[in-house]
Amino acid sequence: MKVPEFLSGSHEVQIGGPKIVFHFDVFGIRINVTETIIISWAILIALTLLVLFLTHNMQKKPVKKRQIIAEYLVGMVDNLIKNTMGKKFKSFGPYIAALFASSIFGSLVSLAGLRSVTADYSTTLCWALMTFIMIETAKIKTSGIGGYLKQFINPLNIVSEVSTPVSMSFRHFGNVAGGMIITSLVYFALTGLSNAIGLAVPVFTVGIPAVLSLYFDLFSGFMQAFIFIMLTMIYIESACSTE
Amino acid sequence: MERALVLAASAIGAGLAMIAGIGPGIGEGFAVGKACEAIGRQPESSGAVTRTMFIGCAVAESTGIYAFVVALILMFINPFLGKL
Repeated sequence: MKVPEFLSGSHEVQIGGPKIVFHFDVFGIRINVTETIIISWAILIALTLLVLFLTHNMQKKPVKKRQIIAEYLVGMVDNLIKNTMGKKFKSFGPYIAALFASSIFGSLVSLAGLRSVTADYSTTLCWALMTFIMIETAKIKTSGIGGYLKQFINPLNIVSEVSTPVSMSFRHFGNVAGGMIITSLVYFALTGLSNAIGLAVPVFTVGIPAVLSLYFDLFSGFMQAFIFIMLTMIYIESACSTE
Repeated sequence: MERALVLAASAIGAGLAMIAGIGPGIGEGFAVGKACEAIGRQPESSGAVTRTMFIGCAVAESTGIYAFVVALILMFINPFLGKL
């Protein structure tokens, strides 16, 4: 946005998909690199650096603050998995923690004025597909390939299998994208209100959207990340149980 | 003219799709009411009750979210304009 545009407020709502930054061709197939891809790479690198910093130079008896923080975080994830899935699923800890961290930071980047990574359907679909593959693998491992195929004698079971990733991804995407759209509509309405009164600078847009952002970005982002990992754990646990 | 008609019908369809918001509203209100009741009866189990309630609310919300996605597609992507 240019400076005069910002001072007078924008005159139309701009809601759309993520912007395409650049694109390149691979064997005649056009591959678009969007905002989402760049921001998610930035988040991944930031998270990796953070983890490297926290676990750098660890000692048997923690003397540094960062090691205590790292141990506290790992203990929290282990505890959550122990309570929800049981003791023998401890190896799922890194996957759950990575999913939670990337989901919550992907939603929270909107506080810095960037576009939420999770407001793009491809991100959430990708996470849901990873979970789906893990569920199916767990099912094949527990009941064998014959037992796994036997459940598809009833074709309705195919629908219930496929609906798992669809519902998980749409839930997360819908919440974040809905919050984004409502916030931008309110911002536009407040700009119009200050223009109608005749103010040169849109004064109303200073503090009021922050209240909405508190709910839609902080609470909803955290809640959806938590629900996503909870559902992942519950589905994998029920796929592994033999009854 | 045809374009205006399709756009108007899409807008009306998006509005009609959001009627589905009634269902999750009633369901979540019921769930939260029951959770409050449970916490009132057993205040020491409030953590577990709240966690379970949030998960249940999120699952109950998904039908509303589907309707919302349909409304979004109708409003911003306009799939029927290409069929003219």
